[in-house]
Amino acid sequence: MNLVETFFNVDVFLRTWPLLIEGLWVTLQLGAASIVAGLIVGLFLSLFRLYGVAPVRVIARLYIDIFRSIPVLVLLIVVYYALPFVGVRMSPFASAMTALTIVSGAYTAEIFRAGIEAIPKGQFEAAAALGLTGPQRMRDVILPQAVKIVIPPLTNNSINVVKDTALASVVAMPDLLKQATQAQALAANPTPLIVAAVIYLAFLWPAVLFVTRLERRFGARSS
Amino acid sequence: MAGFVSIRNLRKSYGTFEALKGIDLEIEKGEVVCVVGPSGSGKSTLIRCINRLESFSDDSTILVDGTPVMPGRALAKVRAEVGMVFQGFNLFPHLTVRENVMLAPRRVRGANRATAGEQADRLLQRVGISEQADKYPDYLSGGQQQRVAIARALAMEPQVMLFDEPTSALDPEMVGEVLDVMRDLAGTGVTMVIVTHEMGFASQVADRVIFMDGGEIVEAGPPNELLGAPKHPRTRNFLSAVLNH
Ligand SMILES: Nc1ncnc2c1ncn2[C@@H]1O[C@H](COP(=O)(O)OP(=O)(O)OP(=O)(O)O)[C@@H](O)[C@H]1O
Ligand SMILES: [Mg+2]
Repeated sequence: MNLVETFFNVDVFLRTWPLLIEGLWVTLQLGAASIVAGLIVGLFLSLFRLYGVAPVRVIARLYIDIFRSIPVLVLLIVVYYALPFVGVRMSPFASAMTALTIVSGAYTAEIFRAGIEAIPKGQFEAAAALGLTGPQRMRDVILPQAVKIVIPPLTNNSINVVKDTALASVVAMPDLLKQATQAQALAANPTPLIVAAVIYLAFLWPAVLFVTRLERRFGARSS
Repeated sequence: MAGFVSIRNLRKSYGTFEALKGIDLEIEKGEVVCVVGPSGSGKSTLIRCINRLESFSDDSTILVDGTPVMPGRALAKVRAEVGMVFQGFNLFPHLTVRENVMLAPRRVRGANRATAGEQADRLLQRVGISEQADKYPDYLSGGQQQRVAIARALAMEPQVMLFDEPTSALDPEMVGEVLDVMRDLAGTGVTMVIVTHEMGFASQVADRVIFMDGGEIVEAGPPNELLGAPKHPRTRNFLSAVLNH
């Protein structure tokens, strides 16, 4: 049938599969690196925002608000095409990771802040009354409890980061989407794009189901 | 004479509202002081100032064993010497009962796991909770949780123990078990400041009872005097209201 020939051409699929796998690998590396870096940035930002001295709090807050407002694609293009004018030249991977981390850090900071603020005041007080220092209170008492609260929204955010890695194809990064569009051009057939879409789905759908399950479980417990 | 806990001119305001209007109070080492008074009189605020869970006015001073209770690096050190038991227990739900008791000695005193564990088991036995050591707090009754909270505070071997209505959140049948633990503790020479509505308990264990009203200490004295023959009309009103309750 013509439709199958066009959108799922076995011959094209077999020829372009290795290219797509290469792209997938790049996408996963970029996604994982940005997620981890974003978590670290976000954790510290949330602590600055909550407990910093006044100017630090204001800066953290500005950062968080600005980078949640700016489209990732715009930021990525600024990092890759505009920064070289001031002498900062980064590889496509580094540019994409920078943009994704900056934005993910802003969202993650808000997630951590909400998680920390959801811990009852009595927990902070009990920890303080025992003589634990500020960092000890966070590490031993507050964050271990907050983690349970923030896992569903953090997973959601991670899904978004992985989806946004596709934007890196505009700065010539050989990620999954870029490889798929190239393969499509070479083979003059859209099969690689369909396959790429299926690969994204195969990775992200389970993550979405995981979040739904967690949310249902935590929701059930708290009610 | 400065007491072991020395409170001078303690003032605390929430906005324009004065919750504490210049409290002076000297507490001797080993003394058991019970604080009573109507709701909103400033009892919680007073004892929460002693370990500075509440900030207070700059012209007020609180000394614990000679050390000023001031914000800054030294504050955690002072707090380590001042145990606190809350109305709502505030156990750490992600840690087992034993781990709750072990946490502060390990982190603050640098005790190793074995030593802290043995000490925790000894304290849990003392408050009658040994069987529950490996459970999480949520699986314990209120009375058991409060006894764990006492053990957790005692693990730091504090010089002073503060109690803010430790039995008010408990079902009536569990009040006795917590008061028993506190009574034992009072016999060991630990300095205790107890905010309570349990007048019977106060009259048995207190060396001194303090009656607060409107952010001030209205009257203070030995339990038989203050509870038995109060001088001030506000004290009399309060006591008759409590006893006819
Ligand atoms: N965070 C706060 N903001 C504003 N007012 C407060 C705050 N905390 C306490 N107050 C006020 O300070 C006064 C003293 O409060 P406190 O909790 O010390 O009373 P209390 O004697 O412990 O009363 P209770 O027996 O109800 O526990 C009350 O009038 C209360 O409304
Ligand atoms: Mg109170």
